Amino acid sequence: MKRSNAPIFWSLFGAGGMLSALIGPVLVLITGIAVPLAWALPGDLLNYEHALAFARHWAGKAFLLAIISLFLWHGVHRIYHSLHDFGVPLGWPAKLSCYGLALAGTIAAGVALLSVGF
Amino acid sequence: MSARKPYIRSMDAWWLRDSFFVRYMLREATALFVVAYALVLLAGVVCLARGPTAYQAWLRILATPWSIALHVVLLLVFLYHTWSWFRIMPKTMSLILPSGKHLSPALVTTAGLLAAALLCIGLFLAVRL
Repeated sequence: MKRSNAPIFWSLFGAGGMLSALIGPVLVLITGIAVPLAWALPGDLLNYEHALAFARHWAGKAFLLAIISLFLWHGVHRIYHSLHDFGVPLGWPAKLSCYGLALAGTIAAGVALLSVGF
Repeated sequence: MSARKPYIRSMDAWWLRDSFFVRYMLREATALFVVAYALVLLAGVVCLARGPTAYQAWLRILATPWSIALHVVLLLVFLYHTWSWFRIMPKTMSLILPSGKHLSPALVTTAGLLAAALLCIGLFLAVRL
């Protein structure tokens, strides 16, 4: 019997869902609201020097890659399975555009995080 | 042409018929916003790699009223995602105790929401330091 690849995609979906459920709200609050408005947090928290130092640290790299990549894998997995509910057939074009986006985003994040240096 | 005219129930907006399906669709729709936020962060990381000018541009876009409004919506959707994720967790990841009993669904949901609240408050306070 051919082994199913579903557990891989489901694990990525589950990991991304758990991560975004646990810390997603506070990340949006920090990067999208509090820092741009300099409300309750220093406005220079995400400035170039701070962001570069964070992205050069191995732990910062791992954190950013995990957030971006797992959020993407979580989201596209859900979108892919919802397509059926809107009458879109679940063939390879749908699969390629959903999981392809997550794969491309993961690679782009990985390349960018490597090119900022260590 | 066949003379038969079978009745085929329309599937248009089928999920609006029942509040259970509406909640299901809302839950699935959060995925679009999670992807959107990941792409915002990805743009930031790519701009960071391209240098200070590109990164400044990303920061300026984040400070526009449109971006703030988008992130307020994102925040509300993420909060709904957190709530619904732990509400369905007793069904999606049913833990069985050594005694053969399932953990109480209310306990799983409460523990998950509590963990999320503590992590969020902790992270916010940690970046303030």
